[in-house]
Amino acid sequence: MLKKHPLITFIIFGFILFLISNRLDELIVYHGATVGIYVIAIASLILLTGYSGQVSLGHGALLAIGGYAAVLARIHYNAPVWLTFVVAVLATAVGGALLGMAAARLSGPYLAGTTLALAIGLPSIANQFSVFGGEQGLSFDIGFPPASLGEDFTQYKWYFWISWSAALIAMYWLRYVLHSRYGRSWRAVRSNDVAAELAGIHVGRNKVLAFTISAGLAGLAGALLGMTISLVSPGVFPLLLSFSLATGAVLAGVTTLGGVMIGAVILVAIPEIALAIANRYGGSETIITNLPGLLVSGLLILTVLLVPNGPVEQMHARRAKHAKSGKASHSPVELTVRVGSKTWSTKK
Amino acid sequence: MSQFLDMFLIGISAASIYSLMAISMVLVWRSTRVVNFAQAGMALLSAYIGYELVSRTGNFWIALPLAMILGAAFSAFIEFFLMRTLLKNSSQGPIAAIAPIIATLGLLGVIHAVLGFIWGHGDVQLEAPLSKVGYTVGDTTLFIAPMGLFVIGFVIALLFVVTILFQKTNIGLALRASAYAPEIAQLSGVRVSGIRTLGWAIAGAAGAAAGILQTVNGTGAINPDSLEFSLLLVFGFIAAVIGGLESLPGAVLGALILGLVLAFVQIYISGTLVFIVAFLLLLALLILRPQGFLGSKVGRRA
Amino acid sequence: MLRINGLTVSHGAIRALDSVSFSVEQGGLTAVIGSNGAGKTTLMRTLSGLKSADSGSATWNDHNLLHGKPEHHVRQGISHVSEGKSVIPQLTVEENLDLGALWRRNPSEAKASKAEVFELFPRLEERRAQQADTLSGGERQMLAISRAYMARPQLLLLDEPSLGLAPLVIEQIFQSIRHIVDSMGVTVVLVEQNAMGALKIADFGVVLNLGKIAVSGAASDLIADPAVRTAYLGF
Repeated sequence: MLKKHPLITFIIFGFILFLISNRLDELIVYHGATVGIYVIAIASLILLTGYSGQVSLGHGALLAIGGYAAVLARIHYNAPVWLTFVVAVLATAVGGALLGMAAARLSGPYLAGTTLALAIGLPSIANQFSVFGGEQGLSFDIGFPPASLGEDFTQYKWYFWISWSAALIAMYWLRYVLHSRYGRSWRAVRSNDVAAELAGIHVGRNKVLAFTISAGLAGLAGALLGMTISLVSPGVFPLLLSFSLATGAVLAGVTTLGGVMIGAVILVAIPEIALAIANRYGGSETIITNLPGLLVSGLLILTVLLVPNGPVEQMHARRAKHAKSGKASHSPVELTVRVGSKTWSTKK
Repeated sequence: MSQFLDMFLIGISAASIYSLMAISMVLVWRSTRVVNFAQAGMALLSAYIGYELVSRTGNFWIALPLAMILGAAFSAFIEFFLMRTLLKNSSQGPIAAIAPIIATLGLLGVIHAVLGFIWGHGDVQLEAPLSKVGYTVGDTTLFIAPMGLFVIGFVIALLFVVTILFQKTNIGLALRASAYAPEIAQLSGVRVSGIRTLGWAIAGAAGAAAGILQTVNGTGAINPDSLEFSLLLVFGFIAAVIGGLESLPGAVLGALILGLVLAFVQIYISGTLVFIVAFLLLLALLILRPQGFLGSKVGRRA
Repeated sequence: MLRINGLTVSHGAIRALDSVSFSVEQGGLTAVIGSNGAGKTTLMRTLSGLKSADSGSATWNDHNLLHGKPEHHVRQGISHVSEGKSVIPQLTVEENLDLGALWRRNPSEAKASKAEVFELFPRLEERRAQQADTLSGGERQMLAISRAYMARPQLLLLDEPSLGLAPLVIEQIFQSIRHIVDSMGVTVVLVEQNAMGALKIADFGVVLNLGKIAVSGAASDLIADPAVRTAYLGF
């Protein structure tokens, strides 16, 4: 179904989601909105890491750029809501392109360190200029849902609709991009950039493009996050957010978009689980503040140790092995280049 | 003139701590080809250990070396139980390049959470063992105080010990050989995996010293959410990158450059710009001179 | 005595060695020859513990070569000089030599080995303080062999010492290898693409072709055998 009629599948999936949202209680709808936002953010990270082989440990910083761009457009130009999201995407994409130009020249640890540094230093940048509202941040008010949706259409349901519409559009578009020649080039670059280069793929340009698109998506997620919290401040995008996104991406399996929902749901569930555990032990403040971080990070380590390619990919691989095809269902583009006696190949 | 002297002294004492941090990152990188992003968390843990040791023994001069030994043991433990399993399990596929990076990030998060569990999110105070009132010459008060002087002296002494260890001893030869060419070292009879653990242990000791000295030379306050420690990670990384990530003298040189530049910015421009300047310095360096100042030609280019 | 029996080694799906069996007497020089991709390097890497075997056995006297890490084998007297000038360019000549004897507990014995090495290759003594990357290709190969010799091996595995060297230098290296066998009592297994040169100094020869042993025997017989000459020596 997904393979043949992706558009119809997405529309049906969206319709079911909106039907469900009418039946659920407010808190779950609110969490549902957050899941939609994490889907976008994790997809953006997977696109970058899994499909173009670049690591970002500071994706929270890109979300922050989107959040601030949206809120500034809203406050200073009184932009309509949809336009603030467009502004967020464009502003972050420009920022991402600039960062991507530097990133395209760097390999793994250097890029990781640079992005991590950005995420760490973000608060000091936000505090530096008064236009960002300092520690308190800026309040992000998108107004009430349109009256045409009815009397009992709540604010949280409005958030849910907006986030999931954005998420579905983003995922549909991303699916399209990944199946285009850009997607194939990225996978070739990830597998073996020398082979890709020799096959005529412009490696640097492809990496910058991937970074730009990833940043645009991250900016969208950041603006949506600011919307649901009604606030854009350094505290909305803490270092833990970057960690969480990395965890979500690893749990989803960095090499495939198929698992984004898993990653997103787990990320939203973790603080709730932590809260439940804390309440069992008398609602201790220490547990409430520290357990989510411990769960996120512990899960991160366990996943890379035990199922490095993510649980979904692991299942695929096992099933493929079972069927004796010997290949995971996500076979990358295979490319072999020979020059003289040397061979570069993207094949394993 | 006195402002210039202050800038120089602030720069040197900051640089001495950055250089310890940079050295520990370089040592870990050389032994396992992993940049340990948990280094700041480990340094912070050591600061807490130092605080506990001081409050138990009442003596900073015992606590400092003891905390360094514990830091070394913890670091070796991480290499032995986490990194070895990791390199064995995820040595193939697209995850291979990022798994160690992600794992050290996870470790940073775990350490952070555990610190919060044990010591809470309020400040604890590790008092400086020496005076922090600047020396006076004539009627001007210099920036440098006995505490700062000790930090600089102690770091120079540590650097001296590390240099002797690496250049003049058999262990040092094994450490260098394993870093440059693990296979040849193995074929020469060096137990490379043990040497790797040792590399992490020395890095742990240097990181522990950095954590404690950073605390006592600063406000003395320790807090799991301390931005100061996150910045220590960033500055240590930048210093190591300036030096090319492979070279110990390079790491020290990088720390000196970074310390002096940041001190200049702090005194003559604005203290709040320090991070932005450091970040731009890192970006500019990575784009213009990817191999660092003392690094080899091959390496970090993607 | 080196005994190899039914040794099979694969790289993924490709079988690099297919039940190879031969043995080498103590104190001789055995040349393993064959073209590119015949499995020579794989054989050496398996014997020194860098590569694991699928099946078969390989023993040096009572010591099982298929079990344990390379550093373990070195301590049992088996040294391997891997392909392509196996020296560490960032270290000095003397440090490279010391590296070979690091695990030896007795410093005076290590010192004696170093003196023997300097006697064999006086050039290395002249350059002892220089960094290894300043050496010529031939000198690097001398250093690599010397580094292995510093471990006082009983069995020395040499992988393509002639690679990329000028004919005169190759001649000199081969003479030194012969010297190590004759006057120092070391058993040497020499892997070479330079088949004629290797067989001329060797006592025994083994010809590998596509992972299997094609011919083996006394080196002089192999050189004299017209079939071997046309098929494997190229004239």
